[in-house]
Amino acid sequence: MILGVSIYEILTVSTIIFFIGVYGFFTRKNLIAMLMSIELILNSSVLNFVVINKYLFPQSIDGNIFSLFIIAIAAAETALALAIIINLYRLIMSLKTEEIETMKN
Amino acid sequence: MNWNTLLLMRQELVLTTVILILLVVDVIVKNKKSLNIIAILLFGIYTILGFFPSGNNELFGGMYKNTELIFAFKNILNIGVFLITMISVSWVNKKMLPLNKVAEFYALMFSSYLGMLFMISAGHFLMLYIGLELATLPVTALASYDMFNRKSSESGIKLLLSAAFSSGIFLFGISMIYATGGSLYFNSIYGNIAISYLSIMGLFMIFAGLAFKISLVPFHFWTADVYEGAPTPVASYLSVISKGAAVFVLMILLFKVFSNFIDLWIYLLYGISILTMFIGNFFAIRQTNMQRFLAFSSVAQAGFILLGFLSADQVAVSAVVYFIAIYVLSNILVFAAVQSIGLASNKYNIEDYNGLYRTNPLISIALMFGLFSLAGIPPIAGFFGKFFLYTAAASKGFYLLVFIAVVNVTISLYYYLIVVRAAWLRKSDNPIQFYKSDIFMKISLVIVSTALLVLGLFSPFYEYIFSISNI
Repeated sequence: MILGVSIYEILTVSTIIFFIGVYGFFTRKNLIAMLMSIELILNSSVLNFVVINKYLFPQSIDGNIFSLFIIAIAAAETALALAIIINLYRLIMSLKTEEIETMKN
Repeated sequence: MNWNTLLLMRQELVLTTVILILLVVDVIVKNKKSLNIIAILLFGIYTILGFFPSGNNELFGGMYKNTELIFAFKNILNIGVFLITMISVSWVNKKMLPLNKVAEFYALMFSSYLGMLFMISAGHFLMLYIGLELATLPVTALASYDMFNRKSSESGIKLLLSAAFSSGIFLFGISMIYATGGSLYFNSIYGNIAISYLSIMGLFMIFAGLAFKISLVPFHFWTADVYEGAPTPVASYLSVISKGAAVFVLMILLFKVFSNFIDLWIYLLYGISILTMFIGNFFAIRQTNMQRFLAFSSVAQAGFILLGFLSADQVAVSAVVYFIAIYVLSNILVFAAVQSIGLASNKYNIEDYNGLYRTNPLISIALMFGLFSLAGIPPIAGFFGKFFLYTAAASKGFYLLVFIAVVNVTISLYYYLIVVRAAWLRKSDNPIQFYKSDIFMKISLVIVSTALLVLGLFSPFYEYIFSISNI
């Protein structure tokens, strides 16, 4: 428990972070920026898990452990994404989505 | 815990061993071409081991569970992965042997499949999430495996970004369910969860996360690009194994964990099923590239699978599992034919198939079998798969939806027949030359074609699935 801060305030912050991430994912035109937006989405759910664990179910540690796993998997995801992005950059010398896109309906 | 309970997860343990052996053998063996045979042999041993019966039990306090149905479903997917391993040999030998990247291909494919095994037997949201990520990340590496091909890298990054985005949504949904249910175990959420705005939001977000994997309609935009750019064996893996496992998990979640919400999700599925069938079919008609065409056809098939969900009982489970078993075989058959033609001639467009029957009669028979099975033409097994899905939907009185599905089958018959017509009836001045496939491709084509014919006439298979179908 943090004194003077209720669960609603923290959940509002995490929801705002989530939607900033969603907005960024759809509007950014750069692959690295899209990756950063995805990190925001994942981190907002990490925040959610920790806060819900702390405020609502303090007798167990399910949420805390879940958040550790999310952080580890997010790192693996980022590493793989960067590997593919570097390979793509070597091929076409750009990270802009409109220059990468060759396949369309 | 003793050895007997650990034997319950022997499929996962054996598969992990197979992956490790493969990585070690890659260092030792000098002749890299033999790695293909080693991979097939190891996975074959693993597949045979899977047929020994196993008990119904739970491990790790309910995090991992195994029932007869889960075991049978794993066996179906095992056979699917085994066939994909066989058909990918020719691609690996042509493209990856010069780059000396043979063993990694199989190691990545098997580790992705390991994730799916954990995902299917998950009894806890943490296990489900880790399984889902382990299933997705190696596939993105596989999709961009053709390093010097720009399309392959593009499809890899598209798959990775959309998969990561969807798993982000999935996680946010899980956190909401955690807040309302108070636990992450499926068994304890099942009784404790109350219907509130928060839990409904959580259900929708979890559904959206899985719908990305199954490529249902509002979330299908990555499918066509990824399937077109990815190497053909990887595209077949994505369309068959990945989709089948995600459908099974969605079924467990909806029928068991969210069974209180049935009035809610049944109409969600009703709408999404209609949308998915129509959009998949109408986009498939205007495709010219074969892999892109199969992508939209698999979107449409996902809509048909949702039809079976609607009755939400034993009939639904058996219909969906049976349909997936047939769908795995028929889609692998079509992808195998496309791949063998594509590797021999580097042609992937539908009009390139003109006159195929005159130069390569056997491969065009295999292609016809697969497409007829996907379309659902009676003597072949695909018809019965669709038939049981209709039965499931009609048993709860969704006659209008069944009618719409029949209309969609007619539309899909049109575009499947376009390909068959190109191969059998059209003439071409410049047809695909006669070629010989390698032995593994031949074996898998023969196995799948006969299996499709036999399963269509052999009813004990469905009765067996029906007898074990209780989630």
